[in-house]
Amino acid sequence: NPFAGLVSHLRASWLSGKTRPMEYRMAQLEALGHFMDDKKQQILEATASDLGKAPFETELSEILLCKNELHETLNKLSHWMKDEQVDRTMAMQLDSAFIRKDPYGVVLIIAPWNYPIHLFLVPLIGAIAAGNCVIVKPSEVSKNTERLVAEVLPSYLDKDCFAVVTGDVPETTRLLENKFDYIFFTGIPPVGRIVMTAAAKHLTPVTLELGGKNPCYVSDTCDVTNVARRVAWGRFFNAGQTCTAPDYLLCTMEMQEKLLPALHKAINDFYGPNPRESPDFGRIVSDKQFQRLRALLGSGRVAIGGQTDEAERYIAPTVLVDIQPSDPIMQEEIFGPILPIVVISNMDEAIDFINSRERPLVLYAFSSKDKIVNQVLERTSSGGFCGNDTLMHMTLPSLPFGGIGNSGLGMYHGKFSFDTFSHHRGCLKRGMGREPLNGPRYPPYSQQKFGVVRAASQVTRKNDCTLL
Amino acid sequence: MERMQQIVGRARAAFNSGRSRPLEFRIQQLKALERMVQEKEKEILAALKADLHKSGPNAYSQEILGVLRELVLAMEKLPSWAAPQPVRKDLLTMRDKAYINYEPLGMVLVIGAWNYPFLLVMMPLIGAIAAGNAVVVKPSEVSENTAKLVAELLPQYLDKDLYPVVTGGVPETTELLTQRFDHILYTGNTAVGKIVMAAAAKHLTPVTLELGGKSPCYIDKDCDLAVACRRITWGKYMNCGQTCIAPDYILCDPSIQSQVVENIKATLKEFYGEDVKSSPDYERIVNQRHFKRVKSLLEGQKIAYGGETDEASCFIAPTILTDVSPESKVMEEEIFGPVLPIVTVKSVEEAIEFINRREKPLALYVFSNKKQLIRRVISETSSGGMTANDVIMHSVVPGLPFGGVGHSGMGAYVGRCSFETFSHHRACLIKDLRWELVNKLRYPPGSMEMMHL
Repeated sequence: NPFAGLVSHLRASWLSGKTRPMEYRMAQLEALGHFMDDKKQQILEATASDLGKAPFETELSEILLCKNELHETLNKLSHWMKDEQVDRTMAMQLDSAFIRKDPYGVVLIIAPWNYPIHLFLVPLIGAIAAGNCVIVKPSEVSKNTERLVAEVLPSYLDKDCFAVVTGDVPETTRLLENKFDYIFFTGIPPVGRIVMTAAAKHLTPVTLELGGKNPCYVSDTCDVTNVARRVAWGRFFNAGQTCTAPDYLLCTMEMQEKLLPALHKAINDFYGPNPRESPDFGRIVSDKQFQRLRALLGSGRVAIGGQTDEAERYIAPTVLVDIQPSDPIMQEEIFGPILPIVVISNMDEAIDFINSRERPLVLYAFSSKDKIVNQVLERTSSGGFCGNDTLMHMTLPSLPFGGIGNSGLGMYHGKFSFDTFSHHRGCLKRGMGREPLNGPRYPPYSQQKFGVVRAASQVTRKNDCTLL
Repeated sequence: MERMQQIVGRARAAFNSGRSRPLEFRIQQLKALERMVQEKEKEILAALKADLHKSGPNAYSQEILGVLRELVLAMEKLPSWAAPQPVRKDLLTMRDKAYINYEPLGMVLVIGAWNYPFLLVMMPLIGAIAAGNAVVVKPSEVSENTAKLVAELLPQYLDKDLYPVVTGGVPETTELLTQRFDHILYTGNTAVGKIVMAAAAKHLTPVTLELGGKSPCYIDKDCDLAVACRRITWGKYMNCGQTCIAPDYILCDPSIQSQVVENIKATLKEFYGEDVKSSPDYERIVNQRHFKRVKSLLEGQKIAYGGETDEASCFIAPTILTDVSPESKVMEEEIFGPVLPIVTVKSVEEAIEFINRREKPLALYVFSNKKQLIRRVISETSSGGMTANDVIMHSVVPGLPFGGVGHSGMGAYVGRCSFETFSHHRACLIKDLRWELVNKLRYPPGSMEMMHL
């Protein structure tokens, strides 16, 4: 077991209690901030090499959003760490009952390649804030970022408590044989199953941030121009390689006819007439993903875009029409700059379509009528929901971010990260006095005592039973 | 296989119909449960007596009281628990609606345990119903009378399709676990907990595992020993030691060991009289298998008190073992019986180290007059929950989550925590289609200016 030594070293550090004091955690978090500042240029370069990411997209998604999380955490940590006092029964008024937030111990974070910094850094912030030791396993697919993180990050953090592990599938499999106290995984559902199965062997709790096909319903009553811009932005950001991107559109034929020119204009406004030349449009991360996506272009008919360049792993921002539910592009999460439009006759049909499939990570509904947006919300289920925009629900740290069903379990961001990586321990501190008050709970139970128990419990609903 | 599929399929279809979602429906079902507990009290107590030799008062206070309290709490608080929770917005979302919507997960599976067979199916069921789910209830086959009763009663009071009861043993449970659920709450032992989680992993089903372990009980030299021992005796020997949060073993200084024994002895006589076997308040081991298991833990041990057994009636007397070696069998597994080993330690440091070398327990207890010592024990250890200067009681505080950590479990429930466990916390952001100007800042081409805003 090649990682046993590392894991036990981290566990020993955790048991020493080193990571518990708030000052320690704050210092490590500040160090993460320095990492983001000092190495900003290298981060931009690494993500550009891996994904052809526009500097703007990288600054926004990989740096700004992470810094928001960091600042939120640094500001709030002392408050989050405090014991949470809770309601007590009448008999316990003199006792102290509170929830203590304990670290779990040694946490494993497995990150994917699409936002290679953000998707290890934001969980890492939460794990450190909660007082854990952490092993980070960045994705081997985003090779340059992996190298940057492995070489540079450890020098910013306490090497006894934090480590970066690199490797491919075999190494990750060996890593998962070890006992962790929490595992945080971002990736695809099949691997999520593998991770959870491995975790089950050690009874390790997990958060799985997975994916799926995020439906985007556009009603007939809406501002087509604005819808097209917001949808295009969400779909083509990072060349479509975003777990919360709108995966496919659902609308009437009538709306499709209006949307197509509007989408065309939006793409033109954003990336110019030849997106390949735009510095703001990304590339596909690997040959394997490129081949997969190119094959999906065969579904339906290309209405916008469709150009590809294998050498550059470039796929143009593309919209497909004449899509059948049985088409290959409707069978898997697209994760690329291709937007299929599925035509339905009305909202009910759209909702039935959505509900007949796995629950997605996020669901989008566009309408200028509040009622329609609310109906879609109420009649469906998804990890998160955003009305009249795309991606934005992820940028609010006060909203939890997570999936449901095949799209994942657990959640994070902001305080939810801290809560995810802490064990909420119910604590009760009593005094040794007032022992006669405990009398009714002890045997022997005469019928008379039993009568007292029952009478006391039949007090009105507003009072809590004072016994037991 | 087909029968299971049908039952689960019918419940899922009933859930998909949407009828479990309105709050009025959920409260009506909870009211029906309350009626059931009140009307069928006699039958419930009789079943508990048959399964575990629990006396009426014991059974009532251990299993019925908690259920009634949970029902009252759920019915009163449901509207506030279920209300969408607005969240803090930022500059970009100022004009928008941002909130967390609490929604049912769908199909919940509740697998009960045999030691508090009524309580441990009812408590999760209440939370799952309150959160708007369909629920499949699988009571433990070991407490067969209660299982049979639950299977008879629930359909008489609740919606028959939404809340089916499935009975049976290991084969039936294994089959049930191949079905897809949206949450599984399992109460039981660590070994089966792993099996449940592995089965859940196939469907990416979240789980709450209420397991067990060896809950340590540290007695400081500086404490009121008589009171401490009385409270420990109560928590240890209730339900014949078959309580997941019973103090499993004692850690104390060798100088007070014999005092501890004397105090517990005196308390035992007070509770159960001179002849424990004839006390109506003392329970029995649930079956032969567990009887043999617990009895075997006594082998080679120094019995300071008790030790009498009677196989025919699954009786094991309240027993205390002294100078127990940490390597002995009784210190390896959760005892789950009326046997209390005392392991001596020379200091609180040694006690903390001892506890931390072992799997994280479900509960942890410390008795001391010294506030600083108590604070230290809490801060330097980890456990599902804990009580200082008493035992068991943290599990009845309405606001405290009840659950384990590490080998003692994952997730938590009881009270509001149940509602949150069985709900999906859906993040909702509703924007306006107008105000597009603000969005221009985020769109390409090259809006580096926005970064510096």
